[in-house]
Amino acid sequence: MDKLRLRFSKTGRAVYISHLDLMRTMQRVFSRAGVPLKYSEGFNPHAKISLILPLSVGTASLCEYMDFALTEDRDLAALPAALNPYMPEGIEALEAYEAPGKGAELRWLRLAGVMKGGRDAAFYRDFFARSSIPAEHRAKRGMRTDDIAPSIKMARFTDIDGGAEAELILHAQEPTVSPELMMTALGEDAPAYFRFTRLEAYREDMTPFR
Amino acid sequence: MNEKIDALLRQVQRPARYVGGEYNQVVKDKADVDVRFAFCFPDTYEIGMSNLGMKILYGVLNDMPGVWCERVFAPWGDMADRLRQEHIPLWALESGDPLEDFDIIAFSLGYEMAYTTVLDMLDMGHIPLRAKDRPGLEHLVMAGGGCICNIEPMADFFDLCFLGEGEDVDREAVELYRRAKAEGWTKERYLREAARIEGVYVPSLYDISYNAGGTVAAITPKDGAPAKVRKRIVEDFDGCYYPTRPVVPSTEIVHDRVSLEVFRGCIRGCRFCQAGHTNRPVRSRSPETLLRLGKETLENAGYQELNLSSLSTSDYRGLSELCDGLLDYCRPRGISLSLPSLRADNFSMDIMQRVQQVRKSGLTFAPEAGTQRLRDVINKNVTEEDLLNSCRIAFEGGWNNVKLYFMLGLPTETDEDVLGIAELAKKVFWTWKQHAANKSRGVRITVSTSEFIPKPHTPFQWEAQISREEYLRRVDLLTDALSRTKSVTYNWHDAEMSLVEAALARGDRRVGAVIEDVWRRGGRLESWSEYFRLDRWLEAFPACGLDIDFYGTRERPVDELLPWEHMDCAVSRRHLERERERAYEGVLTPDCRAGCAGCGAASLLKEGVCRG
Ligand code: SF4
Repeated sequence: MDKLRLRFSKTGRAVYISHLDLMRTMQRVFSRAGVPLKYSEGFNPHAKISLILPLSVGTASLCEYMDFALTEDRDLAALPAALNPYMPEGIEALEAYEAPGKGAELRWLRLAGVMKGGRDAAFYRDFFARSSIPAEHRAKRGMRTDDIAPSIKMARFTDIDGGAEAELILHAQEPTVSPELMMTALGEDAPAYFRFTRLEAYREDMTPFR
Repeated sequence: MNEKIDALLRQVQRPARYVGGEYNQVVKDKADVDVRFAFCFPDTYEIGMSNLGMKILYGVLNDMPGVWCERVFAPWGDMADRLRQEHIPLWALESGDPLEDFDIIAFSLGYEMAYTTVLDMLDMGHIPLRAKDRPGLEHLVMAGGGCICNIEPMADFFDLCFLGEGEDVDREAVELYRRAKAEGWTKERYLREAARIEGVYVPSLYDISYNAGGTVAAITPKDGAPAKVRKRIVEDFDGCYYPTRPVVPSTEIVHDRVSLEVFRGCIRGCRFCQAGHTNRPVRSRSPETLLRLGKETLENAGYQELNLSSLSTSDYRGLSELCDGLLDYCRPRGISLSLPSLRADNFSMDIMQRVQQVRKSGLTFAPEAGTQRLRDVINKNVTEEDLLNSCRIAFEGGWNNVKLYFMLGLPTETDEDVLGIAELAKKVFWTWKQHAANKSRGVRITVSTSEFIPKPHTPFQWEAQISREEYLRRVDLLTDALSRTKSVTYNWHDAEMSLVEAALARGDRRVGAVIEDVWRRGGRLESWSEYFRLDRWLEAFPACGLDIDFYGTRERPVDELLPWEHMDCAVSRRHLERERERAYEGVLTPDCRAGCAGCGAASLLKEGVCRG
């Protein structure tokens, strides 16, 4: 079975597992569960799996996607229940299905989080309401500054004890804007501590990504 | 994770190693637990999680109802600094609870360079370092592992140590602890009772006195402690616990694979080798048992690699059968089988060729010495012919990467022996030239040397270590001799660490002050070149009124009372003395299968005969 997709969540202690480590972990989960992943040919065969959108260490997610292929037919509806007993703490398979389209169709992400030890909600609201928000980031050739304003569809902030709560809708691929990049844009006004969770993924037209 | 800790984890490298939550970790309900056991490994997560002994004891202890064993590792420097700045105590991975919450804090000690890390972990856990500063039954600090055969340098820090294999004795000591806790014993009473268990060493029950020259005058047991602590072994190794449900790390570690221990002990009697002497006698698992354990563990863990481990896997009688069985299972599943360094003989090469169909890597041989004369001195029963023959088979089979390991500074070594290493490497190169299946790919021959370190409980325990200057001179000699052979790369380990390792390995109780001093000067994770600093040791020895050369480069007279003489590893002193004499005569001692040399280890077995 080719072109399969798994939706899973990564929360709790699992948020510290890096992208590369997650790939290896997932392979082992499938192996333990006796669900045979397809492997590439060649001298150093590797499982044909790909995580659609890398997740930075420390960010939680309820909407991670992994594309994979199996060497045998499986009841996809039953797959999450078959995988979950073999997951490390904090990773949960939610849904498996045939991928309806390419992973590149994933364009927007809705996130929620907290920002502490910085400014209040009103400040962030004004800051991210500007028509141009330059942010410096590492690109293939050195550092580069981009305007991230067009990539922020929504940025809502409310005051909480010690900081603000945020709800964001950010462009996820081409270009990619992450909460980290927004914090960079804040410069000296960036919070000392922030933590976000990906809640939902959308396509370009804001229909849900599956 | 609370925000304070989450914030900290975001600032350090590879935070996944500090949070636990891996597949197969054991979590128990604290309400059902009466003994909390912190299993501390005095090195990083990546090293500790690769250690088979830790996996075994984690399983053994957690199989005990009411006992919860958790893992604790030494944080890397960035994390350690942050924890100290924030006054956050070191925690155990499973529960996230600080070390202070545990009844027993136990360390696994496989190498001397970890000693300062033990102190650092205790300190980070807010546990007093010295046993005498921990008056109560709580926070009992224990240690086990290969280093216990001379743990004198750490004796003042540990309440109790385990000599030999831990599977049974750990359980017994924990059961006794449970009783002591329930009945409200004092710590002294517990230790006195524990000292009656075979394999338990309670350092505080031994008084050590010294001669004017600094050597040990007497080791005096008190309060009924045995004059000699006898090491424990698991006699029925085939039926011995094996961790088929290991914790599977979610982040990369050093050896991330199933490690199947095919046998314990070693039939060879290499005279420099401590493990080969302290782990006697040989006890094996049957190929059927190993196949079953291997498959079960691969299935439970989801690993893609299986390694056959032991001190000398070529000597496993059922190796051929085992490899065939494992390959039948592994090959269709894309699982690779790896063998540690093998002996240079035809049988091993045959196995190697079969196994390496799965994945081809370099071949490693350890002739240890460059000339036959010196190999006879150390009882390394490998001839040049064996080695070159094995290399020929390897080159014909398409290998083009051979690693050769040697030691410099072995007893009786001369410049001729050093140059013999270069000669041997050249002969390996010529063998390649004559026999390579495909010369266009070139060849890589790597020669590595490390400095010989005399270790307790070996026939060389009385020997002097050569000085660092002398080691470097021999390195130069060899570098020069190899410089004209392009295809040979020469790597040598610096002798700085060996100098300290030698002093710690044969140190006495007074060296504990040096270890503490070095730790106070910032020494931790010292087996890492990033953190090791010789100058701290060179300052600490005199600061404590001791001389590092007294422990390292001094030859001991045979009649000297050695600091570890109350540790009975079942190989008799008489045997070691005899082996030392044979070394000087250049006489080989046959391996245990060819003929029993009467070392004494058979006395550990019920029938009194070795069957390895
Ligand atoms: S008693 Fe004999 S056979 Fe047994 S380990 Fe010692 S030398 Fe080898």
